[in-house]
Amino acid sequence: MEFAELIKTPRVDGVVLRRPFLPTVEGTLCLTGHHLILSSRQDNTEELWLLHANIDAIEKRFVGSLGTIIVKCKDLRVIQLDIPGMEECLNIASSIEVLSTLDSVSLMYPLFYRPMFQVIEDGWKSFLPEDAFKDLESMTEEWRLSDVNKDYSVCSSYPPLVAVPKDVDDDTLRKAAAFRHGGRFPVLSYYHKKNGMVMMRSGQPLTGTNGRRCKEDEKLINATLRAGKRGYIIDTRTVSVAQQAKARGGGFESEANYPQWRRIHKAIERSSILQESLIKLVEACNDQSHSMDRWLSKLEASNWQTHVKEILTTACLAAQCIDREGASVLVHGTEGTDSTLQVTSLAQIILDPACRTIQGFQALVEREWLQAGHPFQQRCSQSAYSNSKPRCEAPVFLLFLDCVWQILRQFPCSFQFSQHFLVLLFEHTYASQFGTFMGNSASERSKLNLSQKTVSLWSWVNRPQEVERLSNPLYEANCLVIWPSVAPQSLLLWEGVFLRWKRSSRCLDEAYDEMVHIIQYNKELQNKVNNLRRQLGAGEQED
Amino acid sequence: MEHIRLPKVENVRLIDKISSRRASVGTLYLTATHTIFVENETEIRTETWVLHSLVCSVEKQATTTTGSPLLVHCKNYQALRFIIPQERDCHDVHVSLLRLSRPGAQRYEELYCFSFHSNSDKEVRGQAWDFLSLKDEYSRMGVPNHLWILSPVNRDYKVSDTYPAELYVPKSATHPVIVGSSKFRSRGRFPTLSYYCKENHAAICRSSQPLSGFSARCLEDEQMLEAIVRSNPRSDFMYVVDTRPKLNAIANRAAGKGYENEDNYSNIKFQFIGIENIHVMRNSLQKMLEVSEAWSPSMSEFLEGLESSGWLKHIKAVLDAGIFIAKAVAEDGVSVLVHCSDGWDRTAQVCSVASVLLDPYYRTLKGLMVLIERDWVSFGHKFSHRYNHLDGDPKEVSPVIDQFLECVWQLSEQFPCAFEYNERFLITIHNHIYSCQYGNFIGNNQKERTELRHQEKTHSLWTYLWENRTDHINPLYRPDHSQTQGVLRPVTAPYCFKFWRALYNRFDRGMHPRQSVIDYLMAIREETQQLEEQLVSHEEVRQDRRADDIGYVPNHTLFPISCTTFDQDHLIEVAVLVLVFFLILCSVIHPRK
Repeated sequence: MEFAELIKTPRVDGVVLRRPFLPTVEGTLCLTGHHLILSSRQDNTEELWLLHANIDAIEKRFVGSLGTIIVKCKDLRVIQLDIPGMEECLNIASSIEVLSTLDSVSLMYPLFYRPMFQVIEDGWKSFLPEDAFKDLESMTEEWRLSDVNKDYSVCSSYPPLVAVPKDVDDDTLRKAAAFRHGGRFPVLSYYHKKNGMVMMRSGQPLTGTNGRRCKEDEKLINATLRAGKRGYIIDTRTVSVAQQAKARGGGFESEANYPQWRRIHKAIERSSILQESLIKLVEACNDQSHSMDRWLSKLEASNWQTHVKEILTTACLAAQCIDREGASVLVHGTEGTDSTLQVTSLAQIILDPACRTIQGFQALVEREWLQAGHPFQQRCSQSAYSNSKPRCEAPVFLLFLDCVWQILRQFPCSFQFSQHFLVLLFEHTYASQFGTFMGNSASERSKLNLSQKTVSLWSWVNRPQEVERLSNPLYEANCLVIWPSVAPQSLLLWEGVFLRWKRSSRCLDEAYDEMVHIIQYNKELQNKVNNLRRQLGAGEQED
Repeated sequence: MEHIRLPKVENVRLIDKISSRRASVGTLYLTATHTIFVENETEIRTETWVLHSLVCSVEKQATTTTGSPLLVHCKNYQALRFIIPQERDCHDVHVSLLRLSRPGAQRYEELYCFSFHSNSDKEVRGQAWDFLSLKDEYSRMGVPNHLWILSPVNRDYKVSDTYPAELYVPKSATHPVIVGSSKFRSRGRFPTLSYYCKENHAAICRSSQPLSGFSARCLEDEQMLEAIVRSNPRSDFMYVVDTRPKLNAIANRAAGKGYENEDNYSNIKFQFIGIENIHVMRNSLQKMLEVSEAWSPSMSEFLEGLESSGWLKHIKAVLDAGIFIAKAVAEDGVSVLVHCSDGWDRTAQVCSVASVLLDPYYRTLKGLMVLIERDWVSFGHKFSHRYNHLDGDPKEVSPVIDQFLECVWQLSEQFPCAFEYNERFLITIHNHIYSCQYGNFIGNNQKERTELRHQEKTHSLWTYLWENRTDHINPLYRPDHSQTQGVLRPVTAPYCFKFWRALYNRFDRGMHPRQSVIDYLMAIREETQQLEEQLVSHEEVRQDRRADDIGYVPNHTLFPISCTTFDQDHLIEVAVLVLVFFLILCSVIHPRK
């Protein structure tokens, strides 16, 4: 299929673009295979380059022969195009609709994108499991890297290499995998250097209604406990949801078969409910009525903040078990690809200072989301405006980013990155020129040969100028565990995403610049004073 | 002292709000002014001091096996839960605290400000009260001038006993007009100047409601408003803003009060704004506090409670009203008369919010103090009634100035570089409006305060705050920043309003950010200042050395030397100066030498 067939009208003149906080631009609208471009063909005027993949929904309106297309983007921006001529407008609209909903992976933009920047370090090779394991090896000898999944046959959503207890052989792993949802047998997620406790994650056990058990699974997770120690299983579902899962062949670990483990149920919602929540929240933010009662009641009804609180609470619980109780933890929900990852990755943000650096956070996203098999492509194919019926869409990763932002707000000096990094990741999960978030698992990415055919987001992010842009000027390395408050008063609406296009951030940006200025000026002075001191010192010696 | 039944109780437990399992054991002391809890067995002596005048309720709960719980709620939103082993002791503490925390009606002399540092030098204390002068403030605004004059009419508080002695009125308003108008206004509070905009002559005036009933008119009052219109030469009309909901204003007509009839006044445009009365606000705060104090509420409970309290809706209403007035003054150049019923609650809120929006001066430390002094203290906002200083009518209590302070906070969240003061400044002011530690806010009007001789007998909060201003500075503020200049135009979409956690959950330390950006930046700024000083002194040393080496000072450095060619005499002069400088600096920097 050629893109040209899908583009009925490639070019329209005299189109007027209106978008939030920027002056109206009149110019020529062009449609290419991957972009909607509006250019005034004048110098100094900003052009619009919008990825079709970023378009969530469009609306058409006509007044006489003047057509208007409202373009609603996945990054929650809404822009308006006034197009003269009804036919042109209809053509453009239908082309956009087709181009923005192409299902075929082979037509996706990252496969066509050629970087305009020099790749210094290939992001595809920046965070290999082998390298991560080297760090672990330096701390403990109790774990090994198993290639039991090297051809993705044991678990299709796991990477080829996973860390497992040293004493457990691959055969045991295979049997345990057969007992876990999606073959997701318990693997190492995090090793807490301070006390040697670990966090593992998996899919639910397939106990079914008649309480099946699996000796290998029991052996596998018991192998992670020290003698006489107990561990905690954190099931991200409520007891009743977990009970219901039994009817569909799932279930949870019974006390009888796992006597060394204490099970705790939490209440993180399933992905379909999260999608609905996002839609409601964005709708509340777009409400024009300007009534306080309505806003607060819609915000409450969206339940978004409730989800943030629930996820953070569960992550704190996991971190507490490890750091305070000195116990190992196994986290799972149903599939082990959504709420489980939210919990394990946030717990690491809390516990591990390395995850709060720019590199470390990338490594965390790579390890706990991409390698761990979060189905990004399914979850992020539609955002809050889409009219089509959601299939597997859910803002699972966005909620994780929101939670990180909440912790960042509470510990503004403990993160090497600013919220810009989180917003950037949000944008790129939904629409990107990079291949990082394509596909649903390591196996899919490897089949598509993405590391050869596309550029990694990390290649872009780790260039010095981008690192500087994403850096938090307040950062001072903090080696402590950071416990966030989960009181409703402490959790705020993430303005940087949800109100980004609703109100000008000029004043807040200016405040940020002022802060940067204060800190930079201080550093300059420090350098000057040190230089002078050195000069004076040298002068003295000469004397 | 006679009210203290029991000065000391041992083995009292103080329960932590966040985790009830945690409790500290210690000794509870009652003094004439404070309740003090001293923890046992801690390496650092931990003490909790609670001022009696800040206590708003003391509640004794049913005795359990562990002892008798005593719940102390404070006006600054601190809440303490003690468990006292013996019920009899608990009863004694309860009774003592009830009496100590609330002096009887009219017993002003028992307020804390009359005993706080009462032995200090009277002269110094008196001078401290001169720190702020309203006369200076009016002259800063540009009055008196050819349009507005200082009127002696209320010099002895005869025309209105709740107004200040010094008032500014239109030059064309004659004595009979003022007196006539005052008789047609509740409590004699006739229209008078609150804020004057030098640039375009538009003014914000304030008054109480007219006694218009269903049809009454007053020629002098009409002339008074006409005089206000005339004192703004560039505009031929003015706004009259009634800050009440229309229904409330109509109801007042039945009592012979009400609002201006546009037909009777020439050249006015009348407008209702719809801010609720003190009773609605009191209940709203009460409901909001129930949510903010709740033990571990869910997100839904919190948001539902916040919504049903209506608190943020009321804050938005006050801010919107301020924006309306600021816009009329700044953009349309039209004067505005603001009133509510008595003109001392909603009117004070709206006038002062408009001032903060209009004039960058009120966004400085001193400016906010002056503004509170002018629009609240001098114009007879009933501090002692509203903030429950004495045992009085609970229906008079209402968080009126609290809402003004919160509006300023909401603005500072939208314009982080525009305010010289930080959030702590607002919270400290809030605290002392209730604490009665300083004499600024005692009584209900200027007349009462003068009779209490507060300037002789008490301290002024403003000098204290000014002396400690480094704690209250916003490091992001820069007088020359574009955000600081001109009129503030805030967005008042509902999502722009936040719950003010730092005030309402002030003592729940676990809820606040664990690292403070403000403190961090303040420390950086302090260090920067030291570096600047070091840099200057190092530079000087270096220049001096160079001068020593080459015999003259390059002309871009220490001394602005205008001549381009050096004559011999000049050179010697410079060299001597440099040598002296060098010696002084060497002794400063290297004392060992």
